[in-house]
Amino acid sequence: MTDHMSDMAVKPRLSRLEAAWVIARRDFVAVLFSRAFLFFLLGPLFPVIVGGLAGSIGGQVSKQASVAEIGIAMSEADSAALLRGAETLRPQLGGAVPALAVIPEAASDPNFKAKQFLEARKGSYVAIVTGTIETPELVGTGGQVARWKGPISLIASTGASAAPQNFPRVQTETVASSAASERTSRIKTAQASQMVLFLLTMLLAGMVLSNLAEEKGNKIIEILAAAIPMDAVFMGKLFAMLGVSFVGIAVWGTVGWAFWAIAEDAIVTVTQTDYRNLPGPALGWPLFIALGIAYFSMAYLLLGSLFLTIGAMANTVREVQTMSMPVTMMQLMVFFVAAFTLTPGGAWMEPYAIAFPLSSPFAMLARAAMDETLWIHAAALAWQALWVGLLVKGGSLWFKKRVMKSGGAGREKKKRTSLFTRRAKEPTLEPAE
Amino acid sequence: MDMAVSEIVASHNHTSPVDIIGAQPVVDTRPLAIEARGLVKSFDGTRAVDGVDIAVPEGAIYGILGPNGAGKTTTLRMLLGIIDPDEGVRRVFGHDRPHDVGRLIGYLPEERGLYPAMKAIDAIAFMGALRGLPKAEGRKRGLELLERHDLSHAADRQIRQLSKGMAQTVQLLGTLVHGPRLVVLDEPFSGLDAINQGKLERMIRSLAEEGVTVIFSTHVIHHAERLCEGVAIIAGGKVPYAGSVETARDRIPAQVRLETRAREGGWNKALPQDARREGDFFYFSLPETGVEPLLKDLIAGEAGILSLSIERAGLHDAFVAIAGEAAARQLEADQAGAGS
Repeated sequence: MTDHMSDMAVKPRLSRLEAAWVIARRDFVAVLFSRAFLFFLLGPLFPVIVGGLAGSIGGQVSKQASVAEIGIAMSEADSAALLRGAETLRPQLGGAVPALAVIPEAASDPNFKAKQFLEARKGSYVAIVTGTIETPELVGTGGQVARWKGPISLIASTGASAAPQNFPRVQTETVASSAASERTSRIKTAQASQMVLFLLTMLLAGMVLSNLAEEKGNKIIEILAAAIPMDAVFMGKLFAMLGVSFVGIAVWGTVGWAFWAIAEDAIVTVTQTDYRNLPGPALGWPLFIALGIAYFSMAYLLLGSLFLTIGAMANTVREVQTMSMPVTMMQLMVFFVAAFTLTPGGAWMEPYAIAFPLSSPFAMLARAAMDETLWIHAAALAWQALWVGLLVKGGSLWFKKRVMKSGGAGREKKKRTSLFTRRAKEPTLEPAE
Repeated sequence: MDMAVSEIVASHNHTSPVDIIGAQPVVDTRPLAIEARGLVKSFDGTRAVDGVDIAVPEGAIYGILGPNGAGKTTTLRMLLGIIDPDEGVRRVFGHDRPHDVGRLIGYLPEERGLYPAMKAIDAIAFMGALRGLPKAEGRKRGLELLERHDLSHAADRQIRQLSKGMAQTVQLLGTLVHGPRLVVLDEPFSGLDAINQGKLERMIRSLAEEGVTVIFSTHVIHHAERLCEGVAIIAGGKVPYAGSVETARDRIPAQVRLETRAREGGWNKALPQDARREGDFFYFSLPETGVEPLLKDLIAGEAGILSLSIERAGLHDAFVAIAGEAAARQLEADQAGAGS
């Protein structure tokens, strides 16, 4: 039955890392080869696709809606003069000059009434210019009249002028950057990176909440707890889910890259952003991306260890779901604290955001975008790793104390009002004694 | 600090009295696989275990006997390091931290637990990996064990596809796959039919023959009586007796059953004071002087002896005497509940 005599030279125990690896390997493979993982991968792509389509359609609609065309109901000569004035000014003022078009109905109807025409909701004009070139009259809603009164006056004046307009040529010289623009650019990069980090941790760290539910439900937890230290179980589960997250990010990244390769122009047009010329972070893109991966890992492990502990107290899926909301709120608060440090009034808070373990990865990633100092990242990563260790140790001790206890003894215990205390008595490991 | 198995065995190779609270201490020269002294554990102010002392020599089959709620599982969990005692010390192969010798231990909890989506062979290999057995070696040994138990056809089936009995066997094999020197089984017979209980008993004996220490908890006295060399009787979180089964039984005097032709006579005075009559029989404790002087008096008084038998006390009687009537009644109720 047993071959222990042949195993006498085998180490009597697994190291914590080896034990964590056994747990991580099992969990990683179990998650990766489950059907649910496919849905997990597809999940975030749906809102991206829907958002992209909605954005595209919305962009078209908004583009159409934003074209301001002003109708002209004047004599033929005055109409021509007004159009000439607009064309003269357009090279200088660009979009400030509205599109003008002669209203066909007005040309053929000497009794054309602009007010009645607009009230009857005919045509697609935001306003109508009537009268003469010397005394133009603008008819439209209050907002449109206020908006176009000045430009129409300028256009009419230019169109009425017999002499050709001479505009002095402005000499220009450009610089690559300035302190103000560089800081603005880096703040944008910092904000964007914090947002990406927040979205990823929010999407992925929440999974850890229910991670011990299977072991508790299947009563496997006792076998694990008897074989290896509980902190190794926690660590293994965290790293398994981190690995799963990286697989997810890799898949989403690949899909995103493919989408970009196919529709770069459309994406740039719709989002109105030139991604190829995004402002660079202070440490340069390669180092910034490497730090981004490191800080994502830390944010995930920090939040994950907390969530694992909280989730381990739950006995049912319903309880896990109930906990999801406050946990999401906590993530939001952490994000807001880190984001606040980027505002002009929030700079004082940056050291606190860096020191507080949960917001530290967010604050430090922003710092990587803003500041060129490198050593501080090594210190911050060490600080965060220390807290990961402390949270895992604390969480596992808490779990061992609160959950890994016998149910039988609870039969004589008093009723408790606390959710966790009450649940801990319930027969998660029943029927024990 | 990692030590090889052989070093661990050598490091605690000392002798120790096995009977801690037994009537007469018996010196056992075998080293102890498990030693616990004064273990105390409270949950929310209630003492689940209150000063437990246990000493289990290597190679023994040892039972922890008590009714449900007595503290058996809590004691086992403390011995295995699943939970830590509030007071007292525990040593497994001489180590204060049981996880330090996790490679040497196999544990089957009362609540059977396996990943339902896992294949049987993977479940066994996984449980071996938790104890340090390389995955490939775990699969190889797992297949051998499954074959030996006529379950090779189930190797690639998911746990959820197995019957309850098969799943229990798979878990038991997972407990043994890494070749432990100490096997701890919490209520291993619960939920098994008579055939599988017999198989398990044979397996336990076979392990002990190979030098493996087996500790199991049970509330069924005859399992402990048939299998165990030593028992700890546990009731209300306390261990009123820990020692050999024989010593426990010897605590109760043997019972004499006497049948005579004559009902009354002068020979009645020769009967011990505790003698009681039930039907045609007299029952009384075996006198300290033995049965010979009594026989002489009965013959001289012409009692007409039809039959006389001396019955040694069973573990049940010992349990009643040691743990009390209330604990014995609860134990009987648990057994009836488990059997129904």
